[in-house]
Amino acid sequence: MSDREKIIGVSHLVKKFGNFTANDDLNFEVFKGEIFGFLGANGAGKTTAIKILCGLSSPTSGTVMVAGWDVGKFPDRVKERIGYMSQRFSLYNDLTVKENFRFYGGIYGLSASAIKERTAYFLKKLEMEQTRDMVLSKIPLGWKQKLAFSVAIMHDPRVVFLDEPTGGVDPITRRQFWELIYETAHQGTTVFVTTHYMDEAEYCERVSIMADGRIVALGAPAQLKENYNARTMNEVFVKIAR
Amino acid sequence: MWAFIKKEFFHIFRDYRSMVILFGMPVVMVLLFGFAITNDINNARIGILDHSKDVVTREIIQKLLSSGYFKLEAYLESNEEIKRLFEQGRVKEVVVFEPDFARKMEERRGASVQVILDASEPNTANMLSSYTAGIINTYTLRHMKQQMKIPVSIQVESRMMYNPEVKSVYMFVPGVITILLMLVSAMMTSISITREKEQGTMEALLVSPLRPVQIILGKVVPYVLLSFINLIVILLLARYVFLMPVQGSLPLLLGESLLFIMMSLALGILISTVSKTQQQAMLLSMFALMLPTILLSGFIFPVENMPLILQWISHLMPSKWFIVIVKSIMLKGTGLAYFWKETLIILVMTLFFVGLSVKKFKIRLV
Repeated sequence: MSDREKIIGVSHLVKKFGNFTANDDLNFEVFKGEIFGFLGANGAGKTTAIKILCGLSSPTSGTVMVAGWDVGKFPDRVKERIGYMSQRFSLYNDLTVKENFRFYGGIYGLSASAIKERTAYFLKKLEMEQTRDMVLSKIPLGWKQKLAFSVAIMHDPRVVFLDEPTGGVDPITRRQFWELIYETAHQGTTVFVTTHYMDEAEYCERVSIMADGRIVALGAPAQLKENYNARTMNEVFVKIAR
Repeated sequence: MWAFIKKEFFHIFRDYRSMVILFGMPVVMVLLFGFAITNDINNARIGILDHSKDVVTREIIQKLLSSGYFKLEAYLESNEEIKRLFEQGRVKEVVVFEPDFARKMEERRGASVQVILDASEPNTANMLSSYTAGIINTYTLRHMKQQMKIPVSIQVESRMMYNPEVKSVYMFVPGVITILLMLVSAMMTSISITREKEQGTMEALLVSPLRPVQIILGKVVPYVLLSFINLIVILLLARYVFLMPVQGSLPLLLGESLLFIMMSLALGILISTVSKTQQQAMLLSMFALMLPTILLSGFIFPVENMPLILQWISHLMPSKWFIVIVKSIMLKGTGLAYFWKETLIILVMTLFFVGLSVKKFKIRLV
């Protein structure tokens, strides 16, 4: 695996809020085109770590390299090279599909013609061309999530962070969503995903599991199941969390 | 940046609620304050009890009724009727002339008029009283001059500067401008920023390469433009509906307004950093900004008449200083030399709030 290009490199990351240590000495690497699952119970420190990786928050100590840049020192360089989609829906409900693409394309500095071309490409791929001029609030949630993902990778980021992207979505749409993720990873974009669905963890190439601010397990799902003598990732998770 | 501003306009134009606040509010407020809520006295109902019924009293009564301020509701015959009339609420004022009025006046003993007022509305009572006294005094002076019996030594001649007709619109327009600029700028920006937080789109913006300053600017620029449009609408209404011209320099007025708008926007951003939901932002803007603006800025109630402690608090209200400026420019036509102090105060407040809100906005990111 080490022959692949390193997209995320975290070493000795510590983040403290006063006396509380949210991230305690995190170390991991993520490679180009990899689907990396970032798991952990609520309050384990996942959100803090993602915020640091995205340049929203700076580490107390340790180095975090994303897309070739040190996030602590050059957050702006990192921000240009990453995509982000949160558990809370991140598109504008009162704008049309086309306007949402245009807005996000605009803030990532894409040219008008590039925005047009990318919008057409994604709508065709999702078979949602008829929604182009619809206001977003009129579109079902599952479709919106797929749109949000497309918008997040519109500017061809090196890595896309998905924070519980499939929350509240039906199983069929979730499946379609994961097909999108696979396709994106195949095209060379690294996917960094958090989820509470353990079946989704099985789809990841490697997963890390956090508890109390530390990474307690890291590896391919098959390997983790073997190590913890479990049949499913769910069992692994329950054993660790306990 | 441009994409951001365009998107913000889409938000505003698609949300009919904000459209109503933005464009309905100024028109409604100016018309309301201009027409309905007025301090001017027109056709106040009065009763007259004339014990004398001679040439002089008749002339005075005629003067009162032709002034336009008073309307005769009842002609009384006895003192007993006065109380009943007030209790029924039929009159605001009763004027009583003593018997032998004309003769007493001729004899230089002096005749007296009693003016009885319904002071359950103190402002109105005060004004009616002074109007009545004014009309009677004018009459007396003229009467004496004509007769050349008493040399008139002192004659009070009032001239109402800057507002010769004493119209209350002149007082309300500067106040309405202040309130609206504050409302549109502070409330609308704070709501639109908290909406992004509520929807979760703020996260997406923060993760994007946009800098916090760009996000704030993108949010703020549309509202600066809209506030300006509002200002112009109010000025046009004042000019063409209430015939109230801008005496001073229009560019200066617009410049001072821009400063005030920036201060309000900074306040709006500040509010958005401390509130989590749109409702919270709205309530905060209402109670922390609107009410004090209306009550303490000298818009309706003169600051000079307030208890000392409220006067101190009113000094902290940016709107108080802004109203002074607007009044100076619109009514007196004076220039910067006359209100550089007020301008400086607003400038300092603006810098303070801008600094504070940018700092707060950044802290939230970490």
